[in-house]
Amino acid sequence: MEKIIAGKPIMVNEEGFMINFSEWDCDICEELAREMEIDLTDRHWELINYVQGEYKNQSPLSIRKIGKSGVVDIKEFYQLFPNAPLKTVTKISGVPKPASCI
Amino acid sequence: MMIILSKAGLENVYAAFVLANGARMEGIEAELFFTFFGLDAIHKKKLEHLHIATVGNPSMNMPTMIGGLPGMEALATKMMKKEMEKVDMPEVPEFIEILKASGVKLWACKLAMDMFHYERKDMYDDLDGILTVGDFYKKSEGAGVHMLFI
Repeated sequence: MEKIIAGKPIMVNEEGFMINFSEWDCDICEELAREMEIDLTDRHWELINYVQGEYKNQSPLSIRKIGKSGVVDIKEFYQLFPNAPLKTVTKISGVPKPASCI
Repeated sequence: MMIILSKAGLENVYAAFVLANGARMEGIEAELFFTFFGLDAIHKKKLEHLHIATVGNPSMNMPTMIGGLPGMEALATKMMKKEMEKVDMPEVPEFIEILKASGVKLWACKLAMDMFHYERKDMYDDLDGILTVGDFYKKSEGAGVHMLFI
């Protein structure tokens, strides 16, 4: 389905995850973060960069992997994104929802 | 999600931990209550040596007498751990750290602690406390709280 994000029509799935990563930009990211009541700080952006890098490398994400990323530990990850952190960070990063149980 | 763990076979401990962690990943609060043999999962000297049950486990597809041979549990555990590493499943000590960092509360059952003569110092340092079953029920009050027994 199509959703207007930051004034642009963007294709998203039924859970609101972007379908085409190539459409992602910083304005979209900020608007999606606002929707989820997150004020983006430099720490958030570092993590977004990491998540997008992993996506480009086709490397699957998990909570454990984020904890070993060297960017944040798991505790800080939950502080940055208190509500469903892995889903939230991937959504605002414009990458698919990770199919991870861990 | 309130999860009671009463057994310490690896298959039970992992089920409880994955469920608790999975709840936190969805933004759902999770607390674990360790009772009876489940206490092994937070016992400092035992948590690294948990085994999978080869006897009395119909899914092992192994005659009970074979499952009871010396070394069978260790072998099955080793094989299972290898598979778990492939799916990025952490070992028990690391998993407990992940749960704590994710905000999962860990409680030990007072009655079982007394029965096994365990003391606070025997248990995982970051344990949130030792509770009676009544205390745990109190924490589970309210609409929409789910409780699981493993």
